[in-house]
Amino acid sequence: MKEFETDYRHAKPGQGGPGVVDYLDLDTKDQTFLDSTELVLNMGPQHPSTHGVLRVILKLDGEKVLGTECIIGYLHRGVEKIGENRTYAMFNPYVDRMDYVAAVSNGLGYCEAVEKLLNVEAPPRAQYIRVILTELCRIASHQVWLGTHALDIGAITPLFYCFRDREEVLRIFEKYCGARLTTHAFRIGGCLYETYDGFEQDCLKYCDFFLPKLDEYEELLTTNRIWVERTKGVGILMPEDCIALGVTGPVLRASGVKWDLRKQQPYESYKDFDFEIPTGLNGDTYDRYIVRIQEMRQAVRIIRQAVGGLPSGPIMAKVPKVIKPAVGEVYVSIEAPKGELGYFIVSDSSTQPYRVRVRPPSFVNLQALDKMVRGMLVADVVAVIGTLDIVLGEVDR
Amino acid sequence: MPDETKGPNPVSPSPGGETPPAAKPVEPAAAQSDTPTIKAEAPVAAKPSEAATVAPASAAKPTEAAAVSGEKPETAVATKPVSPATGEKPAPAAAKPAAPAAAKPAPKPEGPKPEPWNSELTARLRRRYGSGLQEAGTYLGQKYLVVDSAILYEILLLMHADERFDYCVDITAVHYPEREAQFDIVYVLYSFHHNERVRVKTQIKESDSVRTAVEIWPTANWLEREVYDMFGIKFDGHPDLKRILLPEDWKGYPLRKDYPILQQDKEWVQINLGIESGQ
Repeated sequence: MKEFETDYRHAKPGQGGPGVVDYLDLDTKDQTFLDSTELVLNMGPQHPSTHGVLRVILKLDGEKVLGTECIIGYLHRGVEKIGENRTYAMFNPYVDRMDYVAAVSNGLGYCEAVEKLLNVEAPPRAQYIRVILTELCRIASHQVWLGTHALDIGAITPLFYCFRDREEVLRIFEKYCGARLTTHAFRIGGCLYETYDGFEQDCLKYCDFFLPKLDEYEELLTTNRIWVERTKGVGILMPEDCIALGVTGPVLRASGVKWDLRKQQPYESYKDFDFEIPTGLNGDTYDRYIVRIQEMRQAVRIIRQAVGGLPSGPIMAKVPKVIKPAVGEVYVSIEAPKGELGYFIVSDSSTQPYRVRVRPPSFVNLQALDKMVRGMLVADVVAVIGTLDIVLGEVDR
Repeated sequence: MPDETKGPNPVSPSPGGETPPAAKPVEPAAAQSDTPTIKAEAPVAAKPSEAATVAPASAAKPTEAAAVSGEKPETAVATKPVSPATGEKPAPAAAKPAAPAAAKPAPKPEGPKPEPWNSELTARLRRRYGSGLQEAGTYLGQKYLVVDSAILYEILLLMHADERFDYCVDITAVHYPEREAQFDIVYVLYSFHHNERVRVKTQIKESDSVRTAVEIWPTANWLEREVYDMFGIKFDGHPDLKRILLPEDWKGYPLRKDYPILQQDKEWVQINLGIESGQ
């Protein structure tokens, strides 16, 4: 990763360095493009670059964004209410439908939370299998993000490359548990399925296959002039803004905050593995791109270590057939591909949770959109929505 | 996990049979050895005094138990007994004498119980607010505070400014229709500085409203809107308190317990969707 030559944060409009898009100061009136009146423009919910059914109302001055309002809820299915009306085990497949491009992570978070409530821990082998699949899922999720994000900005090829290579991950999922997307791979207390013959080889083969492909994506984009100009200096989020807005995941790390739940509060077997937390410098769209690319490389590192050290033993902890946790409540969160995914579960010692609350990373991160696009151009809104990496199934639940 | 119930906890105030939160014999050492590196990577360097008190509790869940029990002898603050009305009810099995844990490991003899949480933070809060701080405890190693709704805003302000809980992870509510104060409002807070998570809970009546936390954490904006949308709890001073996931003119608050899962706003569905029913 090349260091950035210019710290454009202090650059004045018109004085930006190479590859720097001038940002416009909202307060200075004389910087408007046209002497026009305010225009309210509706973007979505059927807009292709909103990645689903997000509707954004833009208040514009010419092409400059004065403010935004997000209208969400088009995909609301009442997941939390469903959770209160299903048993603990029955609710497990539902969580896969929230962040449907990273279903494995959702399932991991839920199983972790219920296991915490039951005070059990998955056996080491199950934990390693979980880590392998979750990191594969992180790669798959980032591939979807990269493909669609690049498509939004006008680069069509990465989409085909990413989806082509993602298919190999999905093939591993399919061979492991029979499903490609909404996998329901884990169960409360461990894993249901033992690994298939050749699972380790498949994972290692994928790692060897994927790294050159990742270089290929980078060749297409990292130094591509159009890409750099469309992403550098766009949608800047300062670290203190990130923290105040509760933004987590790659968006937070791209702003320079080295914070990853896998390191800070390790869950599963993440403390056994050696990996880095990539961070950015400037908190702009380009940095978020770099951070996610690096995260994929780290994921490969983790997968290789986990496959190499895969212990033998049981894959299921002793969990009662009928899950009735003691009265109490827990909040458990994991580092999903998009940020901190938390589950707050209240038990009244019946077979159904009294309350399930999902803390979705996309929902909270989307709130930063307004902050990020104010003073930018309409075309940047598309780039910023892409870089936030939201999944509307998770925003609306 | 049968061997957890065997973990001795000599300073525990309650009788035996109690499960220390995630007392695994091997891991604390490993987790503590990680601590310095994690601290070094933290965005804001910890002040030495705070780092000394907080670091053991902050690394990972297993070490929290050790830290809590280690602090108990020196902080002689008497904790109030857990009242059954505070939401964090003790398990009904608590009255039962402790069954020998090794004898029957399969059905867990007793669930984990909340333990009092004594630390400098709770001591400070108790000195300042007395009985306003109704309960400070840990459950399965997770820390929580139950506070009076009258001082909720002050506590949140203090947690943010003085105790450096700079990240509001989540705000949510739980509905207990049979209680007089029907709602629990839960704030999940995290401190980047201490790498620590605390839940702040309060109970309010249906007619009550609470002051918004948007001025403290801007992220509370949408989180509070969702609580309002799903439970109908009003937040005073919120800049834009309207429904967020449901349509604005929808009637009813779906996550209340008196709202059955098949219920819907039929009138809204008929007018806006032009169909008899959504089912």
